[in-house]
Amino acid sequence: MTFFFEVLIGGLLSGVLYALVALGFVLIFKASGVFNFAQGAMVFFAALTFVGFTEVLPGWTGMEPGSGGVFWLSFALALMSMVVLGIATEKVVLRPLVNQPPITLFMATIGLTFFIEGLVQAIWGNTARGLSLGISDEPVMWMLDEFDMMISKFDLIAAGIALVLFVVLALLFQYTRVGRALRAVADDHQAALSVGIPLKHIWAIVWGVAGFVALIAGLIWGARNGVQFALTFTALKALPVLILGGFTSVPGAIIGGLIIGASEKLAEIYLGPFVGGGIESWFPYILAMLFLLVRPEGLFGEKHIDRV
Amino acid sequence: MLYREAGQFKASYQEDSQIFPIRQDRVGFIALLAFFFLIVPMVASQYWLQAILTPVLIFSLAALGLNILTGYAGQLSLGSAAFMAVGAFATYNFMLRIDGMPFLMAILLGGLSAAAVGILFGLPSLRIKGFYLAVATLAAQFFIVWVLVKFPWFSNYSSSGVITAQEINILGYAFNTPESKYLLTLLVVTVLALAAKNMVRSTTGRKWMAVRDMDVAAEVIGIRLMRTKLQAFAVSSFYCGVAGALYAYTYLGTVEPEGFNLTLSFQILFMIIIGGVGSILGSFLGAAFIVLLPVFLNIVLHSFVGAALPPGFGSNLELMIFGGLIIFFLIVEPHGMARLWQIGKEKLRLWPFPH
Repeated sequence: MTFFFEVLIGGLLSGVLYALVALGFVLIFKASGVFNFAQGAMVFFAALTFVGFTEVLPGWTGMEPGSGGVFWLSFALALMSMVVLGIATEKVVLRPLVNQPPITLFMATIGLTFFIEGLVQAIWGNTARGLSLGISDEPVMWMLDEFDMMISKFDLIAAGIALVLFVVLALLFQYTRVGRALRAVADDHQAALSVGIPLKHIWAIVWGVAGFVALIAGLIWGARNGVQFALTFTALKALPVLILGGFTSVPGAIIGGLIIGASEKLAEIYLGPFVGGGIESWFPYILAMLFLLVRPEGLFGEKHIDRV
Repeated sequence: MLYREAGQFKASYQEDSQIFPIRQDRVGFIALLAFFFLIVPMVASQYWLQAILTPVLIFSLAALGLNILTGYAGQLSLGSAAFMAVGAFATYNFMLRIDGMPFLMAILLGGLSAAAVGILFGLPSLRIKGFYLAVATLAAQFFIVWVLVKFPWFSNYSSSGVITAQEINILGYAFNTPESKYLLTLLVVTVLALAAKNMVRSTTGRKWMAVRDMDVAAEVIGIRLMRTKLQAFAVSSFYCGVAGALYAYTYLGTVEPEGFNLTLSFQILFMIIIGGVGSILGSFLGAAFIVLLPVFLNIVLHSFVGAALPPGFGSNLELMIFGGLIIFFLIVEPHGMARLWQIGKEKLRLWPFPH
């Protein structure tokens, strides 16, 4: 039983990280109706830009490599790059495609994915790098002593960071002026425009926030698995999460993430051996697909009514 | 002046509904076929036949398959490479396990296997649409590749999962030179492309397009959604399957399941976006463009910049150009290169006296 819980908790913790990537999708989809396939590439872009700056900054400024100053300055610069990237995307790619069918926008973001991947590797090089956040990846001793469970400290702290981020975003959406404007835009573009909400600014803010979420996700994933091209695939894992949770729901993204994370780990451990293992690669998709057959709009998505 | 239908009178419905109603088109098409069947094998070098023309044809076929599903029936799929894999591995196994299996029969059966798998993964399309369906086809992509890797029976227990295509032998003639492989590919692709062209002009294709434009409305006027969508999935997967078999047999010779990955699926999607969504000609133009672009870039980079570039820069530049072009085409010409060709033809009809 201990082992079961160990797997379950490990799965839930990695699910939080999936949710983190899915959150970026939801933010943009809610506000602008764009299914941003490039979110994964943005995560990669953020992580690689951060690592790139930590490498070059000591040379430029004479700061101690690995010091807190370098960390925060790189963080700020990477965040700025993300905001610039987000706003540029909005202006160059999405603005000219306003009023096109959603599937066209989706394909445009696939193009964007390739562009970002090429761009960031052209700037910082193709080599895989390590990224250290100063948190060691060791089991939590207290859990090991009390319950005989191996729970990684890193996963725990990462999940904690993600949860803080979720809470901050929820508060931002619920209680600030900007948040209210964001929700209004998400609800109805036309109505939001007519009451005087500047749509362009709101979209710029949303892409900026999505960039920020991508940076956090990139740092955590990068520290976990190294900053390399495979980081872009985290976006693919976020897709079933979105389907489960519904494209328009922030809580849905979190719960979907938890379900996907836990179920894929449990399936790998308990079902995997019967079919030869490695089922983690497709299990979430099949799960999401079966789920869709029952509830096509996801757990918390808006019900879609077809009209002629 | 040269290209107009003045003076060409249609006396029967049959004449009016032929594939190329304008005589100049007919002549042009036959000339094109003659060029690719007769002249090209004689003048093209081995490199061109083997490394450029054959893959262009094969990818055109795969793009044609995806175009039927996405461009005509409106169901976005991100799993075309997986259906190619099914075609390739099914053909391999039919050749391997049944003695005296004729090659063309094996390809046909491979395509049909892919069609069956396509129907299976098309079933969710009855309930789900748009992005949701795109994600469901990702399930096909990952699941099929996983099955081919995990069950060594499919690759005849080869230790690395790589299969080596058997020699192609049709009626005692061995297809082992680049010329003959190219001609075989060209023949298969021509037949299937003409079939596709006719399919999309007929009731079948019109139903697909009705479903694409608005499925509820299509259902209201009496089109059976389930049948139409599954038909599109089956035909599309058949085309992809045959393309996969050709990919293994006439192009690469050895393939492994991981070769049919998501990147390949995306490449095929890009071919139809750049070439033209919902156009047979577009599939060919897009495939040619995507295959030739890296070759062209390579030449340009090497001759102008030389070896001074950091390693991998070329491939990154390629990614950026691909991505940029996709966005460019979607913004400027959402119907792709095929639409440009069409505009050119319209202009030509009025030339030199546009009103």
